[in-house]
Amino acid sequence: MTTEMVHDPDSVHTYPRWEWLRKGRMPHIWCPGCGLGSATSYFIEAVEKAEIPPKKLAIVSGIGCTGRIAGYLNIDSFHTTHGRAIPFATGLSLARPKLRVIVFSGDGDLFAIGGNHLIHAARRNMHMTVLCVNNFNYGMTGGQLGPTTPLHARSTTSPYGNYEHPFNLSHMAYAAGATYVARWTVLHANQLIETIAEAINHLGFSFVEILAPCPTGYGRPNKIGTGLDEMRFYRENSVIRHNIDPVEAEIDLHNRIVVGKFIDIDKPTYLKALWGGVSRAQKVI
Amino acid sequence: MKAEYALTGRWYLNGDLACAEGALAAGCRFFAGYPITPATEIAERMAIRMPQVDGIFIQMEDEISSMNCILGASWGGKKSMTATSGPGFSLMMENYGLGIMMEVPTVIVNVMRGGPSTGLPTLVGQGDVMQTKWGTHGDIQAIALSPQSPQECFDLTVRAFNLAERFRTPVVLLTDESVGHMTEMVEIPPPGSIKLVDRKKPRMKPENYLPYEGGKDLVPPMPAAGDGYRIITTGLTHDERGYPIVTSETQEKLIDRLDRKILDFKDEIIDNEEFLLKDADVVVVTYGISSRPSKRAVKLARRDGIKAGMLRLRALWPFPEEAIQELASHVRGFVVPEINQGQVVLEVQRAVCGQTEVKHLGCAGRIHHPSEILSAIEEVEK
Repeated sequence: MTTEMVHDPDSVHTYPRWEWLRKGRMPHIWCPGCGLGSATSYFIEAVEKAEIPPKKLAIVSGIGCTGRIAGYLNIDSFHTTHGRAIPFATGLSLARPKLRVIVFSGDGDLFAIGGNHLIHAARRNMHMTVLCVNNFNYGMTGGQLGPTTPLHARSTTSPYGNYEHPFNLSHMAYAAGATYVARWTVLHANQLIETIAEAINHLGFSFVEILAPCPTGYGRPNKIGTGLDEMRFYRENSVIRHNIDPVEAEIDLHNRIVVGKFIDIDKPTYLKALWGGVSRAQKVI
Repeated sequence: MKAEYALTGRWYLNGDLACAEGALAAGCRFFAGYPITPATEIAERMAIRMPQVDGIFIQMEDEISSMNCILGASWGGKKSMTATSGPGFSLMMENYGLGIMMEVPTVIVNVMRGGPSTGLPTLVGQGDVMQTKWGTHGDIQAIALSPQSPQECFDLTVRAFNLAERFRTPVVLLTDESVGHMTEMVEIPPPGSIKLVDRKKPRMKPENYLPYEGGKDLVPPMPAAGDGYRIITTGLTHDERGYPIVTSETQEKLIDRLDRKILDFKDEIIDNEEFLLKDADVVVVTYGISSRPSKRAVKLARRDGIKAGMLRLRALWPFPEEAIQELASHVRGFVVPEINQGQVVLEVQRAVCGQTEVKHLGCAGRIHHPSEILSAIEEVEK
């Protein structure tokens, strides 16, 4: 993978899939040990695996460290405002139904400021894939409390420990109506590539939660250690459980993390349902 | 370009419905909105009409998402619109700014009601004129049009789309509750006589395409997603390549172009109606619904021997300061009736620059009576 190339400024030229990246935008802004480089790499491998030509792909992101992925990928890319990637993607997806619209953003962006948009796009089964990198804090602004920060965890805005209960993102996406839901950590390279490819080819609202280390913002104050230490934790404490109700898919960073493909169901997409309605409307005239 | 479709004929329509029909004639095929008094009729009309013309209507979860949704649709190559009123317009401010930064052609209809906050949902207001120019953070140049009748709701909605496409920016139609809910005859011409403007598309090969390089008119050509141009766009300050570059040089260059692409060509936007101005001593500067009692007051003043005239602003932004300056050099004074505490009057004062008297005549939740405006004209004339 890319880990051995991280400190090489020319690594983009030796990265085997560099044509998917905007070379002029490298080096990226992410810290050493961050999971976002791996997540980007898995995404590229997944779209190759899914055999989707770059022209058929559009990526939309909000604001934050994950939000920067859109601008690094050499496909139609839209870096929107904080929390608003999903409604922007809704317009794009409905205007160009043949495009595969991917929303790639972080947990704070998608579930705090953008939470309302996420649940409604899921409810509508809007045809798009949401890749949510969950690193348990607001990384870009320097490690603040977010909607996924575990109870009692420390952040710059929970200096005495977090007293808010976190969201279970996969459960929330499912409860709101997502028809494909999966969770992996960035350690699960093969599974993630497979899952992202499947999610992109899924008709309707697909949601993939990607757990990633943020050693700078979350790891350090919570004594998790480096990115590598957190990866080690993932290896030792991840439990794979496919097809379970996501309500049971717990994340306990001091005990165990449940990962797997939880949900994959067929349901008419928004556009399909709309077209059904359109034929009715046109019959009325 | 000529329109492909219009509901040609003479119809008895209210302003809101005329807006919706204007949008359809202008080629709008994407509407995202959220119910709000007094703009709901636009969404309701669109819900019925969009499927009939193979367009998309979607009711979003709020006005924030409505605004984003029409930006996304515009990048998908559709002409798009939303419609709202004050509280919704406030929620749209964030991504109105994104539309300006990404240079996205789209139309926002604001059927103004009384504010601030929930204010007067069912009563008229003109309190959002300054918000249109200053409501989103940072420096922007707004384009805003102001109709005074259902007929103009139709005509100016078509124009709003044409300006949005020409200047590659969101355009605001600032109508109001009275115009929106007033029913009058609206003549919709045949599609062949409705002139439309379409956004400039890139002609170069994708590898030579610079997404934010403005040409002679400072407006960069715009591909749609999926056209193969590998669009890169962001709300961050960016250079010609669309790359975020957070430096003062990039910011100065970008903001300067965004300003000049509108201000250097503002004659294409400014649209004033002049009524009895030639020999006028007192000029009523007016817009939207207020121009109807204003015109009546000017006629009454003339009957009484006062040389009154009217300058009606069909486009509020960019502000036609030169027209006001020219008048200021020889008239006795101005009267600016508005359904607010004084907004356009500030621009008039700025243009007049102390040369002559400028009198604001405010009211709230109602339309001025012509006699009030007449009294103000008489005061200024003395």
